[in-house]
Amino acid sequence: MTISVASGKGGTGKTTVAASLASVIPQSVYIDCDVEEPNGHLMLQPKFTLEESVNKLLPEIDYNKCDFCGKCIEVCEFNALINLKFEILLFAEMCHSCGACEYFCPQNAITEIPKELGKLRSGITENGIKFYDGLLNIGEATAVPLIRKVKAKIDNEKINIIDSPPGTSCSMVETVKNSDFCLLVTESTPFGLNDLKLAIDVVKNINVPFGVVINKYDETFEEMENYLTENQIEVMLRIPFDRKIAEAYSNGILPVNNSDKIRREFIGLIATIKKKIKSNVTQMTQKKQIFAD
Amino acid sequence: MKIAVTSTGGSLDALVSEKFGRCQYFLIVDSDTMKFEAVSNLGEQMQNNAGPKAAELIINKGAEVLLSGHVGDKAENTLRKAGIKIVNGFTGNEKVKDALNNYLKTKEN
Ligand code: SF4
Ligand code: SF4
Repeated sequence: MTISVASGKGGTGKTTVAASLASVIPQSVYIDCDVEEPNGHLMLQPKFTLEESVNKLLPEIDYNKCDFCGKCIEVCEFNALINLKFEILLFAEMCHSCGACEYFCPQNAITEIPKELGKLRSGITENGIKFYDGLLNIGEATAVPLIRKVKAKIDNEKINIIDSPPGTSCSMVETVKNSDFCLLVTESTPFGLNDLKLAIDVVKNINVPFGVVINKYDETFEEMENYLTENQIEVMLRIPFDRKIAEAYSNGILPVNNSDKIRREFIGLIATIKKKIKSNVTQMTQKKQIFAD
Repeated sequence: MKIAVTSTGGSLDALVSEKFGRCQYFLIVDSDTMKFEAVSNLGEQMQNNAGPKAAELIINKGAEVLLSGHVGDKAENTLRKAGIKIVNGFTGNEKVKDALNNYLKTKEN
C-alpha cells in the first residue's frame, strides 16, 4: 500500500505530515522523493546504512569515427547537442538519456557512458521505519530518473509513505502516480488555496484518490472551506496552529511524539485512508467483474 | 567578413534585438558588400537550450563576429569555443545598419 504526501507549494508542513504518518504505522517504509531538498531524514533521524550512486547514461563521441553529419543533433528532442563542425558539444544537464543519438548515428560514433546524477540512501530509524531518500546533484535538469530509482524501494508488503516534491512539476507527477492514495497538505491562506487547486487538478488527472490535510488551520478563512464543500472534497485532518507543538518541532520533535491528541488523530487518519483504499479496490474489482460478465 | 546581428526584423532597417537566444531574426551580413541573409531564429519558441542552439546556427552560417544586446553564459561559451567574437551592449533603439556601421567604425580606429 502506497500513500504519497504532496502539496501545491513548499513550506506547508508536507514533510511533517509524511513523517508523522510513518511514525504511527508499525513497520512502515518512508520514501523521500523530494530529491532536490530531502528533509525527511531531519525529522525521522534514520541511521544510514548504504549510499549508492544513481547514474544516467550520456553520449560520448568517438571523433575518429564522427564526420559531423549532424544526425544526432537533429534527432535530439531536448536540444542537448550542438554541432560546432569540429566538435559535438553535449549539454549534459539537458540530456534525458533517451539513446536516440546513439541509435541514429550513421557512423556508430556514439557510445553511452554512465555519469552520476545523484545518490540513493537507505537506512533505518530507531523505531524500525525503513528509510530511503534521493539526493539530486546540483545543476541536473530533471529529477525523474532518480525519483524512479528511489520509488523502486517501495515494498508492497508494507505501508509506504512517500514524501513528494512540492509543486505540480513532472517530478511531483512521477512521484504521486500509481499511489493508492495521495494526501494533499495545504494551509489556510489564499496562496495555500490557490496551490491546492492546482495540485487537485493534477491528482485528478492521474487518477489518484486523494484527501486534504489543512495545516495551520484557521477557521476564519472561509474561502477555503467554501471551495472544499462546493467541490465535495474531503478534509481528512485539520491541524490548528499550536505554539507548544511549533516549539517542540523547531527542536526536531515530531508533533505525534509530543502530543497524544495529535498522535491519536494521525492514527485515525491512517485508519480512514486504509478503509478508503480498500473500498476503492473493491469497487474496482466489482467494475471489472461487470465488464467480465 | 561575416557579421551576425540579432534583429527584430528581416531587413537592415529593422531594430536590433537585445535578446540573443530568443531574438526573432539573425541577419548575417557580409561587411565587404553589405549583402545579407535573414535567418529566422527557431529558438524563439524553443523550451530548452535556446541560447546554445542559436549559437550553433550562426556558427554554421560562418559568422566571425556577433553584435547583440546581451548573450547568456551558455551561449557565450559555445560561441567562444567556435572562436566567434562577441560584441555586446547594442540597444533596441538602434537599427541593424547603424549598429553595423558603428561597429565597423570603431574597428577601423
Ligand atoms: S550522428 Fe554520429 S557522425 Fe553524425 S555528427 Fe553525430 S556523432 Fe557525428
Ligand atoms: S541521449 Fe537523447 S537526450 Fe541525450 S543527447 Fe542523445 S538524443 Fe539527446
